Amino acid sequence: MVSLPLPARWAVRLVVLAYVFLLVGWPMITLVQNAFADGLESFRAAFSDPDVTHSLIVTIEISLWAVAINTVFGVGMGLLLVRYEFPGKRALSALIDLPMSVSPVVIGLALLLVYNGRNGWFGPSLESHGIVVIFNSPGMIMATCFVALPLVVREVVPVLEEIGDDQEQAARSLGAGAVQVLRRVTLPAIKWAVVYGVVLTLARSLGEFGALKIVSGNLTGQTQTAPLVVEQKYNNFAQGEAYAVSFILVLISVLCILVVSLLRPKESAS
Amino acid sequence: MTQRNRFLALAAAALAVPAILSGCAASSGASSDSDKLSVVGFSVLKTANEPVISAFQKTGAGKGVSFTTSYGASGDQSRAVAGGLHADEVHLSLQPDVQSLVDAGLVDKSWDQNATHGILTDSVVVFLVRKGNPLHIESWDDLVKPGVKVITPNPASSGSAKWNILAAWAHAEDAPGGSDAKAQEFVTKLLHNTVALPGSGSDALASFLAGNGDVLLAYENDSIEAKAAGDDVDYIVPKDTLLIENPAAVTTDASPKAQDFLDFQLSKQGQTLYAKAGFRPVISGVKTDVPGANDPRNPFPKVPHLYTIDKDFGGWDKANPEFFDDTTGIITKIIAGLNIGS
Amino acid sequence: MTSAVLSQDTRAVGRGRPGVRSTLTPGASLGLGIAMIWFSLLVLIPLAAIVATAGGEGWHGYVDTLTNPQSWAAIKLTVGQSLLVTGINVVMGTLIAWVLVRDRFWGKRLLDLVIDIPFAMPTIVAGLVLLGLYGPRGPLGINVSNTPASVTLALAFVTLPFIVRTVQPVLAELDADVEEAAASLGARRLTTLRRIVLPSIIPAVAAGAALSFARAISEYGSLVLLSGMLPYRTEVVSVRVLSFIEGGDRTSAAALATIMLGVALFVIVALDVIQRRMARRG
Repeated sequence: MVSLPLPARWAVRLVVLAYVFLLVGWPMITLVQNAFADGLESFRAAFSDPDVTHSLIVTIEISLWAVAINTVFGVGMGLLLVRYEFPGKRALSALIDLPMSVSPVVIGLALLLVYNGRNGWFGPSLESHGIVVIFNSPGMIMATCFVALPLVVREVVPVLEEIGDDQEQAARSLGAGAVQVLRRVTLPAIKWAVVYGVVLTLARSLGEFGALKIVSGNLTGQTQTAPLVVEQKYNNFAQGEAYAVSFILVLISVLCILVVSLLRPKESAS
Repeated sequence: MTQRNRFLALAAAALAVPAILSGCAASSGASSDSDKLSVVGFSVLKTANEPVISAFQKTGAGKGVSFTTSYGASGDQSRAVAGGLHADEVHLSLQPDVQSLVDAGLVDKSWDQNATHGILTDSVVVFLVRKGNPLHIESWDDLVKPGVKVITPNPASSGSAKWNILAAWAHAEDAPGGSDAKAQEFVTKLLHNTVALPGSGSDALASFLAGNGDVLLAYENDSIEAKAAGDDVDYIVPKDTLLIENPAAVTTDASPKAQDFLDFQLSKQGQTLYAKAGFRPVISGVKTDVPGANDPRNPFPKVPHLYTIDKDFGGWDKANPEFFDDTTGIITKIIAGLNIGS
Repeated sequence: MTSAVLSQDTRAVGRGRPGVRSTLTPGASLGLGIAMIWFSLLVLIPLAAIVATAGGEGWHGYVDTLTNPQSWAAIKLTVGQSLLVTGINVVMGTLIAWVLVRDRFWGKRLLDLVIDIPFAMPTIVAGLVLLGLYGPRGPLGINVSNTPASVTLALAFVTLPFIVRTVQPVLAELDADVEEAAASLGARRLTTLRRIVLPSIIPAVAAGAALSFARAISEYGSLVLLSGMLPYRTEVVSVRVLSFIEGGDRTSAAALATIMLGVALFVIVALDVIQRRMARRG
């Protein structure tokens, strides 16, 4: 493995650490400071509010659904894009990144235009069958899937390309069926790429704010998610509680990342 | 399947049941139930409404009534209700946000034909300044002095920000020797002094509290709450300012309890509770101490020269398009022609 | 992205044959079908609704939007800043991924953890905290609030993880043997870097860059407090869209949104083309 000469290694290390510290590390420290500014008082106040606890449950539920759906979609799409040929493949590949470029204001508007119960394209007919999308869980899950759609795909595709399909072809020539190849050769090989993608998707889903503000209706104690509670607390002069809830949200993501990091085998270093 | 994927699938499945159940429950709650009221209001109402709702629930009419609430920026809330968000009562920042619901057939045309013309809470435009008012800002003319840094929410993206700009306009137009042209000049100068145009009143307050600007064009009720919460600010009620009128309406398919609730909010008890949250009462005879006010014993000093949207601007139906239309609005054109902040 | 695969395929299939051939098995076809249904319901149809709303007045809506100087300024600011931040991320993201994979020092795990925080933090909180540190009351004396630099800062914050996380697995997967073979053949470190490591990670960098750009042009929450939303200076497209919606003008809002979709598609496709060219040369 190529290794940099010592001074170069230190220079890169310093630049990276300084950049990350100034951009993310220090803001994170500030968040923690603000959350604990009154000791545990902000946390106590926040958690004695049933709206806050409910919002955290809603957020976690919605996020787990979005993660599950996006992982299945992401792995499947990654395999389709890399291992197969079909008409329109390049167009599809470009379209998959598109959802990330859509402003949350527009996402909310788009979903509303199609699924709202009064005059949406599909909304009224869906509601006459009892399926309520907007201002309800399905719409919120969709909005969350929307914002995180490409994450798993884009982690999986480069790794699939890098490892090539030699092993898969070998397995097939030895008589393994398609599902067996998938289960025993492909998926284990892309395991950590999938895990990165899942962790990113989870973190993104937990923190989603703009699109959910529009699609959820912000119903206190019902469809209000934790980020929305944070805004409400802040706007109602309960800053301490806002920071406390934010801290919890970030903590959940960080814990997931930590668990993954501990489970992962160490990378080779020169 | 890796351990982690397996775990996630299990977790997702485990949560599938409650998620689906909550989905069904929310959709079945859409029909009006005489024991459930859905109130949709603008953001600051969250803290103000809590005591009002519990007081109502202690009355005969309110016994056993449970509430669903949603709070957010007035425009967002109005659009949500128009888009299907179930509401028995809406309490918004300004009349046009209710008018759009009338146009959508969700609120009856006669909503504003009660004793208070549909208004539920009042406030006035004030100047929020740093504690001690170091720049001695007392009047609108002080705001256009060179070097004064003003913050106001953007009237294009925040309905409630329109009150601020119209107040400034009214001041210049009503001054001796004033005219439309003078008003336009005044607002232009004011916007030249503006260092930030956040999207909503709450954002503007947050920006000010973070240290931006010298003065914030704010609402009296927000300012009182900010002081009560211990923020390092003072507020000045100028000698001439605009009356902010927040309308409330019961929707067309609302439960009958909604009207009971609205009546309660308009009663002495309801208005007293709103006064404690910093809102000026819309009925007479309400007297109470208001923590956070400049003088808690006399929280709502009479404004010598109080402009109103109806008297001075011909009502929102005329003023909204005249000033704020996307392309032809007077204020829209001023903003479009400026290079603010340069 | 997919370019490396496509170049492989054209070599296998033979030049001159446009890749319309389908190698889908029945199982894969079913999978593609289901994926496409979901994708349509979630993305394609809602976005089509936006485009349809924009087209409500024919070309009129688009022309008005592009000739509106305030909207045009917003587009220039948003796209310009997003490109700038993506450029910064290409450099810093690769360096960070390198350090995470190939360097070893105490506290590296902490660095790994911190990288994903921008994802986890709700954008309004991010804006609030950045305002506290780099605003009028910032301890370092740096005040970027209400200036275009604040937009750069906020966008750099929210897009930090993208290139890092797409490059990291690829770097980790790189076959050490190839590099050692190059070294044993006498290649200097720089040459190995240039001809072996770089081409392998370029697809990942491009994938991350596309995501970073896409995320940057859509950002709104963290800019709310930090940027001041000043027209012509720090007003991004999302704010203009919101203003149009607030004013009841859905057509203009949708037109502006559609233009941004077009810009995003253009950059995504451009990255794909550049990357295929580089893969063919390398």
